[in-house]
Amino acid sequence: MKSPRIDAALEEQSMNNDLENRTGVPAPLTSRRKFIRAAAATGVAGIFSPGFVPISAQGSAMQAVQFVLPKATKDVTPFKVHVPQAALDDLKRRLATVRWPDRGSATDWSQGVPLGKAQPLIEYWRTRYDWRRAEISLNALPQFRTQIDGLGIYFIHVRSKHENALPIILTHGWPGSIIEFLQVIGPLVDPTAHSGKADEAFHVVVPSLPGFGFSDKPTEAGWRLPRIANAWAALMARLGYSHYVAQGGDLGAGVSSWMAKQQPSGLAAIHLNLPILFPPPPPGGYKGAEQPALAQLGKYASDGSGYASIQATRPQTLGYGLADSPVGQAMWIYEKFQAWSDNKGDPAEAISVDHMLDDISLYWLTDTAASSARVYFESFAKDFARMPIDLPVAVSIFKGDFFTPPKVWGDQTYSKLFYWNEVPKGGHFAALEQPELFVAELRKSFAQVR
Amino acid sequence: MKNDLVNRTGVAGPLTSRRKFIRAAAATGVAGIFSPGSVPISAHGSATKAAQIALPTTTKEVTPFNVHVPQAALDDLKKRLATARWPDKGPVTDWSQGVPLAKIRALTDYWARDYDWRRAERALNALPQFRTALDGLGIYFIHARSKHERALPIILTHGWPGSVFEFLDVIRPLTDPTAHGGTENDAFHVVVPALPGFGFSDKPSEKGWNVARIANAWAVLMKRLGYERWVAQGGDWGAGVTTALGHIQPPGLAAIHLNWAFVFPEKIPTEGLSPDEQRAVDAEKIFQTQGAGYFLEQATRPQTIGTALADSPVGQAAWIYEKFNAWTDHDDVESALTKDQMLDDISLYWLTNSAASSARIYWENKPATYVGGKIDLPVGVSVFPREIFRAPRTWAEKNYSKLIYWNELPKGGHFAAFEQPAACVRELRACFTTLRA
Repeated sequence: MKSPRIDAALEEQSMNNDLENRTGVPAPLTSRRKFIRAAAATGVAGIFSPGFVPISAQGSAMQAVQFVLPKATKDVTPFKVHVPQAALDDLKRRLATVRWPDRGSATDWSQGVPLGKAQPLIEYWRTRYDWRRAEISLNALPQFRTQIDGLGIYFIHVRSKHENALPIILTHGWPGSIIEFLQVIGPLVDPTAHSGKADEAFHVVVPSLPGFGFSDKPTEAGWRLPRIANAWAALMARLGYSHYVAQGGDLGAGVSSWMAKQQPSGLAAIHLNLPILFPPPPPGGYKGAEQPALAQLGKYASDGSGYASIQATRPQTLGYGLADSPVGQAMWIYEKFQAWSDNKGDPAEAISVDHMLDDISLYWLTDTAASSARVYFESFAKDFARMPIDLPVAVSIFKGDFFTPPKVWGDQTYSKLFYWNEVPKGGHFAALEQPELFVAELRKSFAQVR
Repeated sequence: MKNDLVNRTGVAGPLTSRRKFIRAAAATGVAGIFSPGSVPISAHGSATKAAQIALPTTTKEVTPFNVHVPQAALDDLKKRLATARWPDKGPVTDWSQGVPLAKIRALTDYWARDYDWRRAERALNALPQFRTALDGLGIYFIHARSKHERALPIILTHGWPGSVFEFLDVIRPLTDPTAHGGTENDAFHVVVPALPGFGFSDKPSEKGWNVARIANAWAVLMKRLGYERWVAQGGDWGAGVTTALGHIQPPGLAAIHLNWAFVFPEKIPTEGLSPDEQRAVDAEKIFQTQGAGYFLEQATRPQTIGTALADSPVGQAAWIYEKFNAWTDHDDVESALTKDQMLDDISLYWLTNSAASSARIYWENKPATYVGGKIDLPVGVSVFPREIFRAPRTWAEKNYSKLIYWNELPKGGHFAAFEQPAACVRELRACFTTLRA
């Protein structure tokens, strides 16, 4: 017969497991009482008892559906995603009561997402999309949170069984997320099971940028790209890596470029799929080969950068509509899936609807519209300037992206440009659109770095 | 029954039978509007549909119009405000990254608990309102005639994020000057339209409604109202339309007045600028680099941003409230405009679902510049200190061959009539005094 103390301990353990499964809050909370105190401190007492959410004062019902992240420490703490059912129910309710604008004067994408495309996407999201499927995929991977430079950072960390694998940190951009990399993790980590060789293996680290996904939202100003780059170097050091590479597109290319600039000990090379390359001043005028990219930049500036302009100046104002309307949040992102991926008009040709909604749902469920926009306020005008880099750089240009700079700009900017390839298929969301081609690019380019 | 329908639905004459009305309502797809008690809450979205305002179709007749927002729409608004989901407050408490959380929550709390749309509705319905089809589009306007027959007709055009509400406090002083510190000679007949896609005007379903097309429609309107000699006034997009009128010079237009003058030269000299000119260049640069995010988004993707704002009243409110703060003359925004004033305007955008359609005016008028070109019609300008940029007199004189009035005021901003109605009335009286017959 067990002693009452052991019984109580077992009961507490099983209750903790149950709490962990239901709330996404992992150990080590050692008692239900501690947990209640912690939850009360974060002001969301409803999170562990979704059955009786008080619908009393306005806002408290809303508070109960929010996702609360456990406080991060300098330890690397395992993390699992469990979005409260109340949050998913709230999302469905909002999708069922959407108020649409009028159709307007364009049925194409020239004024933004047309109503005829918006409504089917939302209808799918409301009736057929299943967030739990995405959650299961995430929870099948080793996920963690750790505090770096005062901020809790979420990341996926998958080690290869091949001990000599090359560690790599993959950084997403906006409106992307860790979702973009889910299909390439397996092939990178386990190449022999994915048409590759053992010496092509990687240990893979996939963080969420500050203010995105399951990372914390900064409460102080100053989380610019260079600071993120610093934090990533600290992360790789904390994980014990003394020889690694970094990869990124979009904001991720900015972070990776700043890492290369900072040259933290251990960083051997970087790979970019949207290099931050702007034309160097032309001594004798621009050559013909440069004209298409110049035209792309001009078009982006005049027609494709409205989102960046508002995010770089008034992210908080923009954030209110996107935090309150899942349809608004969806459109804000869906427009870029269409504009920037390799498609002939319909983004679903390049990215599956489920994957688009995985990404959109992540922004919605973590309430990161404003916090993700703030990185533009911090960095868009200051940290994307053309920056000469002396660390080894590899570049893969996916031809469907909205900006495909010529190699000559790379030659003039990267003193050790050791790899440049133009990939005929795929666009801005390269790993999501063309996972096999993306993996091939990393295997080929980094073969020289091992 | 007809009166009852008119009162309950905002649909005015001349509907001669309930059957005709049902057909018309069905044609606009909002059959629930005349029986708010039996709203079907079945298929998703239908409850929301029943809360929408349906505007009656227009003809070339000038048809009286009254505003009556269905109670279901006001209830729906309150419900959305009560279940608003907020972003985190972020790293700053000032306005540098947009409307601070504490400010928007205070405004929307007031909106949910204390604000009374019916008060604003009564203020509108106390004025003669109409709708008429111009160039195929139903246009709403207030038309207040002076008791003084020889009053000067004037058409006042609002901008974005403004509305007809901006002019409510100037209408009576303009039409009835002797009761407002003026003389009979100061009287105006006042016409205040809502821009296409704004307020109770229709939303264009075809492209092409740029300021020139609006200007032409306004000229048709003044003619339809029987005015053979009239003047025009505007700020923001209203200044764009009024400037276009100055170029088109439709028969009857005698002069224009602007509280925001587009007088930048095609090529701005880099040296030799006067202090006023430099100040305008600096202000425009600050606007372009810090304050024009909304402009570029609306000019390129009005449907995307419009979809977000159509579904969130707090989003719609913040989008507008930011500009009330940025462009009015104040130490604290609620000292320039009251909460009620701001919410009258914001409510109009929300209740008429005009976020996307109003944004499209930016798309239609690309590329928008501050180069207004030369105007030979008489022009009067009032410069308010907290305007986005203060037009320099030297540039105005280069653009306007007949600058009949110029004044720089000590107080007021972009929403001149809204913030400084008495000053605006004085400005219009003074500007147009020489045009009286």
